[in-house]
This record gives sequence, C-alpha cells and structure tokens, in this order.
Amino acid sequence: MTPTASPHADGAVCVRGVIKTFGVGDARTVALKGIDFSAAEGEMHLVVGPSGCGKTTLLSVVAGTLDWDDGDVSVFGTRLDGMSKGAVTRFRRSNIGFIFQQFNLIPTLTLVENVSVPLLLNGAGRRTAEEKAAQLLKQVGLEGRENKRPTQLSGGQQQRVAIARALVHEPRLLICDEPTSALDSATGHQIMDILSGVARAPGRCVIIVTHDPRTYRYADRITEMEDGRVTRVLDGAALGEFVSMTH
Amino acid sequence: MYLLALKMLLGDRAKYIMLVGGLTFSSLLMTQQNGVFQGLLSWTTSHMRNMRASIWVVESRVEQVNETKALRDTDVNRVRSVDGVDFAVPLFQGVMKARAADGSDKQVQLIGLHGGTLYGRPAVMVDGDISQLRVPNTVVVDELAAQPTRLGAGLGRSLKVGDTFEINDREARVVGVCKTERHFFGYPYVFTSYDQALQYAPRQRKMLSMILAEPKPGIPAEEVARRIAAETGMKAYTVPEFERSTVAWIWRNTGIPASFMTTIILGFIVGVAVSGQTFYSFVLENLKNLGALKAMGAGNGLLAGMLLFQAITVGVIGYGLGLGLTALFGLAVAQSGQPPFKLVPLYLVQTFGAVLVICVLAALFGIRKVARLEPAIVFRG
Repeated sequence: MTPTASPHADGAVCVRGVIKTFGVGDARTVALKGIDFSAAEGEMHLVVGPSGCGKTTLLSVVAGTLDWDDGDVSVFGTRLDGMSKGAVTRFRRSNIGFIFQQFNLIPTLTLVENVSVPLLLNGAGRRTAEEKAAQLLKQVGLEGRENKRPTQLSGGQQQRVAIARALVHEPRLLICDEPTSALDSATGHQIMDILSGVARAPGRCVIIVTHDPRTYRYADRITEMEDGRVTRVLDGAALGEFVSMTH
Repeated sequence: MYLLALKMLLGDRAKYIMLVGGLTFSSLLMTQQNGVFQGLLSWTTSHMRNMRASIWVVESRVEQVNETKALRDTDVNRVRSVDGVDFAVPLFQGVMKARAADGSDKQVQLIGLHGGTLYGRPAVMVDGDISQLRVPNTVVVDELAAQPTRLGAGLGRSLKVGDTFEINDREARVVGVCKTERHFFGYPYVFTSYDQALQYAPRQRKMLSMILAEPKPGIPAEEVARRIAAETGMKAYTVPEFERSTVAWIWRNTGIPASFMTTIILGFIVGVAVSGQTFYSFVLENLKNLGALKAMGAGNGLLAGMLLFQAITVGVIGYGLGLGLTALFGLAVAQSGQPPFKLVPLYLVQTFGAVLVICVLAALFGIRKVARLEPAIVFRG
C-alpha cells in the first residue's frame, strides 16, 4: 500500500485514539488506552512518565516498529495505519532516524561503517555513504576516528556516533529512547545540546522518551504519561514551572 | 549491506572459526570418504582397464568381472562363429599361490593370455618384453608383485627380468615387469600365456575362465555383444556394461557402500549440527543489532539475504579448505596406492551442493528468528 495523506494531520506527528494491548486472556495488558499525542515541526518534544506508563510503546507506534490495535497515526502527513508492513518499513527507512538507549552500534564495524548503514539501506553506494558518514562524524566531533570501532570509544562518544547515524540520511523525524540514561551528567548535556540543534533545523522534529529530569530544560513541549494515558501536555509557562520544579 | 554483513561475521572471530571449522570438517569427511569409496569402486573394475578387451564373454550367471564360472574350451569357437566377431581368444584367471625366493607363499592373480595374440596384455611395460611369454615357463609380473615384500621376498630387492619364482612347484621366469591398476582383491598380477596358465593351475574339468572378443571394424561392440549373447546363451558385456554390472553387484551384495554412505551422511549431519548451532547462536548474539537494522528500515528480505550471504561465504571457505585437505590426503596416499582414492568431479560438485544445503539450513534457523523479530525490541532496554 502506498502512503496516503492524513486528512487530520496537524503537525509532524499526530496520534489519535491509539489503543495497544499485549497478551491475551488473563495476561492481557492494555499499554495505550486510546491515547492522543502530537508533535510539531521544529520541536523537541519529550515524553516523560514512570516506568511502565507506555512511553516506549507510544514511541514504537510512532516509529512504525510496533503494530497497534486501534486508532490513527500519521507522520508528516502520511498515515501509517492501514499501510502494509513493507510500506511502513520503506517509510521508516527514509523518514525516521533512531537513537537508542544502548546505542546499538554494531561492534564489529568501524564508526564510518556504522554511520553509513542508513544510507546503504536507502540505496546509496558504499563510497558515497562513507563520505557522507565521515562528514557527519566530523559534525559530532569525532573527526579522525572514522576507522575506530565502537568499543574503543566512551559511552558519550558512542552516543554521538549514534546521533551521526540517526541523521546521516537526513530524516525528518528523530526518535530517541532514553538517549542520556547511560551517560554521565556532562556528557548527557552535550548530547542534548546536539539534539536541540537538530530539532531547530527546518522541517525536523525530535521526540525523546526519557526519565532523566536533567533533559527537561531542553524541551519545547513535554507530554506526561501515566498508566497508558496522557495526563498533561506542558509548554510555555507551564513547562518552565515544571522544569524548575523537577530541578 | 552484504559487505557489512560479512564484516559482522568476520568480526566475531570465535564464531567465524567455529563455523569454518565445522564446515571444513564436514566437507573433508564427505569428500575424503567419497574419494576412498570411489577409489574402492574403481578397483572393482580395474581388471577391465588392465586387460583392455572390447567384449567380455562369461558364463550366463556371472554378474561381475571379478567372478569366474568356468566355460568349455569349445565355447571360444562358438563365439568366433558369431557374425560381427573379428576374433575371440580364451582367458584364464585365477588366484594362485606363488613361492618367493625366501620360501614364503604369496597369493597372486594369475592371468593366462592367448599365446598367439597376447590380447588383453597390460598397456605399459616397465621392463622386459611381453612377447617372451611365448617361451615356456615365463611370466610378466606387475610392479606390486615385484616388490621386495611380495615375490621379491628373500632377494632383498624388487624382482627383475631374469629372476625366477615358483607357481605350484613350477618355475616361473620373469621376462617383464608391467604397470597395472590394483585389483579389487589386492593380489598382484602375474601374466603368462593361456597354455602356460593351464600348466600352473591345478587341473580341473573346465579351465576356461572367460573369452575376450573384438568386434569387426565398423560394428558397434554393443551390437556384437548382443549377438553373442543371443546365439551362444552366454553373457557378453561391453566394457561400460560390465563396469555398471560390477558396481551394481557391489552395491547389492556387499556392505561397502552402506558403510561409506553412513560416514558421508554423518559428515552432512555434523555439518548441519555444528554450523546450524553456531550460526543460530551468532544470530541470537546479534539480535539487538539485527533489530536495530530492522528498526532503521532493513526489510526481512534484506536481512535474510545478509544471513544467507554470511552462511554461504563460510560454506565456500569451509568447502575449499575441506577439499584442500582431501587433496592433501589424496597426495599422501597416491604413492602407496592405499587406501584407494579417486576424486570424481561430479561428486565434488554434489558435495559442494550438500555444503550449500548445510549453509542454507543453518541460515534458515537464523532467518526464522529474524523474520519474527519485532523491531521494537531495540526500545526495550
């Protein structure tokens, strides 16, 4: 199925009434209980809440990596509901970049090879991909380490490689799962500074799922979740108050 | 992506070595055992290559070349009278005891050739002159028979032209040494004239073992063999027919093929087990990375292709190493000729096919796992 324009898209990401359950019978758990969520272009949007509240499930649904039971999901005007798995995969490949909590860099590949993966998946030639990957590594301050392996780097450096990999194919949506939780405070701030810069680029949107209160001050908007529902959406003065309270 | 897939595998040295090692061992087992089996099978028909006759006429119940059921002397003339037969000669073959210079008895394959034509004589003479077989009490021995451990025993050297030994208390003077392919029973060849062979062999009512015949020019051997069989009631084989019949007899009546096939199948199973388990464990250890690739947009087809590429690459390397080791084994045994060894190109291709099947099966375990993998796994800590 080809992507179709969403009639009700009002931002970069629009989630309406999404329900997601896991398991059957007694083991059935409702992870998302008819959730509404939206994120705008040029925005750094944080999703916060206690463990098990459904943050990661929401992120997976938005990323198209997890099927949901009911509701509509659109990303940059393209509705994901009703698309075939193959079409979702193709959409994800060119429009979404990922940053994972555990970096998920392939340890047997060099940094430049790791970063070039999204370009190769999008059909770029090896040389072109590696040239572009080297540029991205330079942008995240890892120039001269292109041929090192991930295990030769610190956690912060690995996360910077992951950022380069997430951005190398110029996706419009960046999805980050706890990007600072494995990092010390100073490195966490460095990473958030980079992601903040990315979010300000035109036509981009960054969604971050996090537990880390240190990151709240970088947000343009924060969605707070509890028990599979959105409890608050904070921006403007309310966001400032929330950030100062959590510090 | 396929190059990166290969680097992912090569980067995991332990798994890579285990996979290549398993496939090398499996390939070695399959090709080496097949080589020995083919060598053994080739021994069963070496008699025909040593004698080089076009048509072999035998008693009607004979199914393989190493078996003899005596014919009457008059049967030679019956064959000669068949239309299309250029000539037909008698052949004696039998296992005899020969006494070496040191008094020890050695068993030999005694072949009595028609004295007039010497039809069926060995192709390559190393020393001497085979036409001297027309002189009484003379023999031509093959290199195996001439060895110091065989008929050269007691001489301290190999048997040479001019040396003598005894067959059934009769003198046998060596007038030549020839090259032969080794016989299935392992006995060395001693050639003599048909009449002389009858002198050496214990007297029996019927002494004619086989009849060798040649078709007239322009008439196919198959056609002449068919006519001989039809007109005489004996069995007449061309060389390919007799080879097929002999090999079929070995398959039906001995445990040799089953024994070798068991080892070859075990080699295949070991290959599947070792490489399948190792490859599956490689996939499990890389599940997070594969999940990340899937999240980034790698489809099931691409990931399956990557896993297949990895498996087939190690398969080709393992097969190459296994074949190399088999060739080294072949070179090592070539000098002694034991155990028999013969690499048949068709079977090498089939073994390569078997190795590819092993690799595909090994990859399938991983592909199944990856196909079911939710890309969302990468968000779960």
